[in-house]
Amino acid sequence: MANTDFETVMGLEVHAELSTKTKIFCSCPTEFGAEPNTQVCPICMAMPGTLPVLNEKVVEYAVRAGLATNCTISKDSKNDRKNYFYPDTPRAYQISQYDKPLCEHGYIEIEDDNGNPKRIGITRIHIEDDAGKLNHNEFNGGALVDLNRAGVPLIEIVSEPDLRSVGEVDRYLKKLKSILEYIEVSDCKMQEGSFRADVNVSVKRKSSKEFGTRTEMKNMNSFRAITRAIEYEAGRQIDVIENGGKITQETLRWDDVSGKTFSMRDKEDAQDYRYFPEPDLVAIRLSDEYIENIKKSLPEMPESRRERYINQFKLSEKDAKLLTASKYLSNMFEAAEKICGNGKAVANWLLSDVSRILNEKELEPVAIPFTAENLAKLIELIDKGTISSAIGKKVIEELFENPKDPEEIIKEKGWIQISDEGAIMEVVQKVLNNNPQSIQDYKAGKDRALGFLVGQAMKETKGKANPQMLNKMFLEELNK
Amino acid sequence: MDITSLTVHELMDKLEKNEINSKEIVEAYVKRINEKEKDVQAFVTTLCDDAIEKAIEIDNGSKDNFNIAGIPVGIKDNICTKGIKTTCSSRMLENFISPYNATVVEKLDKAGLINLGKLNMDEFAMGASTEYSYFKETHNPWDLNKVPGGSSGGSAAAVAADLVPWALGSDTGGSIRQPASFCGVVGLKPTYGLVSRYGLVAFASSLDQIGPITKDVKDAAILLNIIAGHDEKDSTSYEAPKKDYTKALKNNVKGLKIGVPKEFFGEGINGEVKKKLEEAIELYKSLGAEIEEISLDIAKYSLATYYIIACAEASSNLGRFDGIRYGYRTEKYSSLKELYRNSRTEGFGKEVKRRIILGTYVLSSGYYDAYYKKAQQVRTLVKKEFDKAFEKYDVLLTPTSPTVAFDIGTRANNPLEMYLADICTVSVNIAGLPAISIPCGVDSENMPIGMQLIGNKFEEDKILNAAYTFEQTYGFREKYKPDFKR
Repeated sequence: MANTDFETVMGLEVHAELSTKTKIFCSCPTEFGAEPNTQVCPICMAMPGTLPVLNEKVVEYAVRAGLATNCTISKDSKNDRKNYFYPDTPRAYQISQYDKPLCEHGYIEIEDDNGNPKRIGITRIHIEDDAGKLNHNEFNGGALVDLNRAGVPLIEIVSEPDLRSVGEVDRYLKKLKSILEYIEVSDCKMQEGSFRADVNVSVKRKSSKEFGTRTEMKNMNSFRAITRAIEYEAGRQIDVIENGGKITQETLRWDDVSGKTFSMRDKEDAQDYRYFPEPDLVAIRLSDEYIENIKKSLPEMPESRRERYINQFKLSEKDAKLLTASKYLSNMFEAAEKICGNGKAVANWLLSDVSRILNEKELEPVAIPFTAENLAKLIELIDKGTISSAIGKKVIEELFENPKDPEEIIKEKGWIQISDEGAIMEVVQKVLNNNPQSIQDYKAGKDRALGFLVGQAMKETKGKANPQMLNKMFLEELNK
Repeated sequence: MDITSLTVHELMDKLEKNEINSKEIVEAYVKRINEKEKDVQAFVTTLCDDAIEKAIEIDNGSKDNFNIAGIPVGIKDNICTKGIKTTCSSRMLENFISPYNATVVEKLDKAGLINLGKLNMDEFAMGASTEYSYFKETHNPWDLNKVPGGSSGGSAAAVAADLVPWALGSDTGGSIRQPASFCGVVGLKPTYGLVSRYGLVAFASSLDQIGPITKDVKDAAILLNIIAGHDEKDSTSYEAPKKDYTKALKNNVKGLKIGVPKEFFGEGINGEVKKKLEEAIELYKSLGAEIEEISLDIAKYSLATYYIIACAEASSNLGRFDGIRYGYRTEKYSSLKELYRNSRTEGFGKEVKRRIILGTYVLSSGYYDAYYKKAQQVRTLVKKEFDKAFEKYDVLLTPTSPTVAFDIGTRANNPLEMYLADICTVSVNIAGLPAISIPCGVDSENMPIGMQLIGNKFEEDKILNAAYTFEQTYGFREKYKPDFKR
């Protein structure tokens, strides 16, 4: 729906699960993927009489996130109850923050569609607890409640409606994700729901200064879905307006299969959360010193890493940017470089073959199954001539399937490069004997014939022959 | 020797001198329960057999624990006890067994106290007569036709009837002090934050506090020693060095400055109650206390403020009783909404529903500022006015309740009149202060009258001493006792 009269206005509410070891109000572990209801206690199950106690790490992590996104940290904030009934919310209220969030008035910098720097405002960052999960269809059409996730700490990062294109939204989310990974407050695994966004979309005529009525799509957890949903929803809104209709402010559900949005709640159910201060918790008061100490402890951020890579490892700006976009990738790069000393090769492998496979598999860098040591070893094997780059590509594929020491892989698979002169000569002789026509072609001045012969020899050795040696020995034989 | 008529400190003396053992004590109480419980109906759950077993264990065990081990105790049924039903006297939790112990219960256990049973109350502690219990009406041992007060009516009646030597209650707006007053026993509501609330099924989180109901003031000090103290599981509990409250009992009030807020003696206060309080004031004067009338003008807004804040918090606290994980679940539902609606409709009693609706209303968008926010502002003013009073006075003296115990069935259907029973006690909870109710006489029908002494934050020692001194001089326990009048 490319209607150039209209502009799309977007704001995001990102929920990121914090990677604290324990939950926000009790000491249950936060690990993902455990058997249902095995990481619970009377507190996170909201048994009568239990009380929450705020995990101080949660405050620390939220303040880190606030400082890394240029927010003002509130020295006096508090928790509030957000009341609603749902089986995944055992207390029947979420403990969130209403009018006094921990962090406010920040921004992060991205590039607009023309490559110019643009600031996206951060309205606020507040802390709250995640809900449990309902497993539908496992119980005769009903649902089973799993409270493992109930009480996992979240930060909600609310942006200003400063975003104007899906490209900006994509870059904003990627930048935010990268920041949270860098400061090590969230692992941001979208597949596990630890980084998800509510997207607010409205459209307005370019000539108009006023924003249109917005709709909200909740709990989006893939970049692709977010992009598609925004494009669909903006188009739908423009259609409605152009046909003389009005947009209703509502919450929508994005259906990835049909590629459409659907209305989620009818008006009758308009929620009134009845926020009020949480009486079971005391005010959160932070000293200047506390905030200052957290500021000092923040790690090197992507921008300065990028500069360092360009200077120290002579990487191109593009490669440095791609590598530092993910802290995991960047850390892997540094670790592998330290071992093998070949920064350029490490960057190449990570940004070409490894990234390609990740894309194909729709995985994020943290899902790389092998270690930096494995990658470094592979590069050393190539550098020493034990295997060729072509074999290297096969090793990378194998590392994704069955991660282990590349040396073992090539031994098991018999991929060690043949550099023995006698053995190579044997192959050269065999190929020449089988291809008399090529010899004639070469002698008639067709240089292509050499390539063909080398290719045949490679085929014969299943790619293991040292290509430089093959080239040399074919030339010697042909020129005899 | 009638064991059950002894106070706990008297029992402790006998235990120490080996004149008695725990089994004898517990058996005496079991016998008493078998005789009198049918008239009083104080318990939701009795644990007689378990208690005797535990007593034998303690008698045979090492006596490392100081001499309190082996004394029985009763516990209000909104305080969680692992493995034993905690019902809050509600159909909603009729069969609920807590998987954990409240912090206070852990402390009782550690001291070697023996749980004799769980005591009746108004459902979820909402009420002033214990008539709102889903299970039974508890009867006042001084006159079985009258209410014991509430919401800790089971606790107060059990102590008054010698069914337990002492008990724990909870106080959100007067729920320890008012029934103590109605039953002629001692009830102490500690400063908010002195005793951990972990494991107390929440009614109104910013007001609730657990406290002792005992036969005399010294017992209250002993029980407070056991239950007070910071708990890392309760963020609102106070970190303070441990005190021995029995050391505060000096039997001397010379020079003690007592303020008497005139607003607590005005309209609505029964004449006989007023007369006994005036006599108490004269007694204090004769003992050398300095008494002055003061004005606590803001107090008149306390009741309205209290009902807004308490109901608001209750509406949220009681949301978890939804029929999903525990508690009552309706059989009639075909959707999630119906499951919620019918479980709560059938599981909660009338008064609880009334307060949930009231609380939901005052927090609703559009009404929040006019009610909840305003109430919080008044709350700040109430605190300030008390702060001002305590700059000048050590203790404030008021009636605990405007009347003596009323007849069963006379107010249960008139919520407003029932709410008025809290008028002398709620401002103390609003301000988070400690207060004690002790008997200061009986009316012409031999019904006990209670006097409330209010202290500044964490100055339990002052009110305990003032109460103790009065008690030692007045000798209420020697003069009067309940006669189970029918």
